[in-house]
Amino acid sequence: MTGIVILLLIVVALFFVVGLYNALVRARNEVKNAWSQIDVQLNRRHDLIPNLVETVKGYMTHERETLEAVTRARQQAVNVSGNLEDKARVENVLSQTLRSLFAVAENYPELKANQNFLALQEELTSTENKISFARQYYNDSVLRLNNRIEMFPANLIAGRFNFEKAQFFEVETPEARQAVKVQF
Amino acid sequence: MFELIRANQQRSAFLVAGMALVLLTLGYAVGEALGAGVGPLGLFGGLVIWVVMSLTAYFQGGRLLLAISRARQIDKTDHPILFNVVEEMCVASGTPRVPDIWIIDDDAPNAFATGRDADHASVAVTSGLLKLLTRDELQGVIAHEIAHVRNRDVLYMTMVTVMLGSIVLLADIGRRSLFYGSRSRTGGRDSRRGGQAEAILLIVVVLVILFAPLIARLIYLAVSRKREYLADACGALYSRYPEGLASALEKLAGSTKKLQSATTATAALYIVNPLRVTARGLADLTSTHPPTSQRVRILRSMGGSPGFSTYEQAFKRVTGRAVGVIPLVELAAERRPAPPRTAGIGDPRTLLDRTREATDLLWHLQHYAFIACSCGTNLKVPPAFAGKKIECPHCSRMHAVPAVPAAEADEARTPVE
Repeated sequence: MTGIVILLLIVVALFFVVGLYNALVRARNEVKNAWSQIDVQLNRRHDLIPNLVETVKGYMTHERETLEAVTRARQQAVNVSGNLEDKARVENVLSQTLRSLFAVAENYPELKANQNFLALQEELTSTENKISFARQYYNDSVLRLNNRIEMFPANLIAGRFNFEKAQFFEVETPEARQAVKVQF
Repeated sequence: MFELIRANQQRSAFLVAGMALVLLTLGYAVGEALGAGVGPLGLFGGLVIWVVMSLTAYFQGGRLLLAISRARQIDKTDHPILFNVVEEMCVASGTPRVPDIWIIDDDAPNAFATGRDADHASVAVTSGLLKLLTRDELQGVIAHEIAHVRNRDVLYMTMVTVMLGSIVLLADIGRRSLFYGSRSRTGGRDSRRGGQAEAILLIVVVLVILFAPLIARLIYLAVSRKREYLADACGALYSRYPEGLASALEKLAGSTKKLQSATTATAALYIVNPLRVTARGLADLTSTHPPTSQRVRILRSMGGSPGFSTYEQAFKRVTGRAVGVIPLVELAAERRPAPPRTAGIGDPRTLLDRTREATDLLWHLQHYAFIACSCGTNLKVPPAFAGKKIECPHCSRMHAVPAVPAAEADEARTPVE
């Protein structure tokens, strides 16, 4: 009789541990997926920028420095391979140069009448938004994973199965949080 | 997130079962109305209708509702901004598949989401909505709809809408057969035997037929309001900008246009009630949607860092209710680092309140007049309007602006750098 009870308890405990483990795996996969989402959007931005520079070049003859800064920042962002911090840093630089490009574009009425430019501007604005939303979702997932790893009872098994806390994707300046704003 | 979805699914199952009960009772009653002893057949009929309707709703409900609403599917070239906004909200909510996007050609601004799950979801907006809202407001509306998709509200709403439709239809058949069939019932048979029992049965049948649609709608109401609040909370969380949704809701509520293709059965799908009701008090009692003004006030008093817990607090503060709308598990899972305290400890004001206070002070310094409109808007009137009448931009009420003393007005006109 007692044997059956003990066996039952062991089975219940086992199910409990399996449940905890699966929840941890789910949270970890969510973080991975969220990270790949950021990557998708960053790549999309890298792809859009040459088109933008090409379109703008003919109009903005006096803004060579701004354009070069954008191209340079993009090149750095494409080439960077390393940890999260480096990546966040160069992408933030790219965001800033893009913002200044759109700011000076305000001075060129013919450019603002160009359909191609307007379409690109909407695409880039949206991509900026998507990057920040993807980052937001990533950070939320990281928070969920880290909470799970730290909190009882999952913390008992998290260490044993090598679940590591993930790193937040931080934005350095408060202004960088705000994407390129376009008025409609 | 997952806890929320699970709780919602349980409620959905409960409601669909409740609807089945109503439908079966109604089927029996309609059978009885058609002729004595046909009741069990009617019961069977009700069961068949329920099964067919459930399957139809599950597999084709979304398409059905979109067809009823006269929506047409668009692709990215038709409206790139709408597409981008939907994609942005999918990214923000972690929804892997972007829903199909449909447009209803109607000037009344409104929107709804439908479909079986996130993989078969559609979002429909009216062309009036696209004309009326700014990008930020559109984002708020879409965030609300994507929240319905994420919370699996769409399946529940679609199924219950289709079932509600069939209950209304069946009750209609019952009413007609009562009207035409009653003569053959009393005249054709021996009325001495069991006459009383039959009379009671007939009364019950009549009652069931009359009240079934109402009961079905009440079941519908039981949770649909809570879902609207929840979707608002999630929407604010996804867009991190409650003001977008708040000002969109305000604009939608301010519109007096009626959506042509909406019916009483599909009304609850929409973000705001598409059928304009004139009697406010009654509307609040039986409406599928919480009063829009209240939703706006909750969103506006959320303050600096939008999340489930801030929404919950704002909900309790605005409605004065002790029980909130967010499941406890969700609140427990959302342990954010405590927001920085700049004011004294125990200060109940939110960041938004404090910001308002500071900007109001600036307006005061520039001699702006402050008028609190009864619709909840605080009008800030430039000094040039002193002594004149102005219209509230939200509710069009007229207000008289108090005249400013001449010396002060002169001072106010000096340019401020």
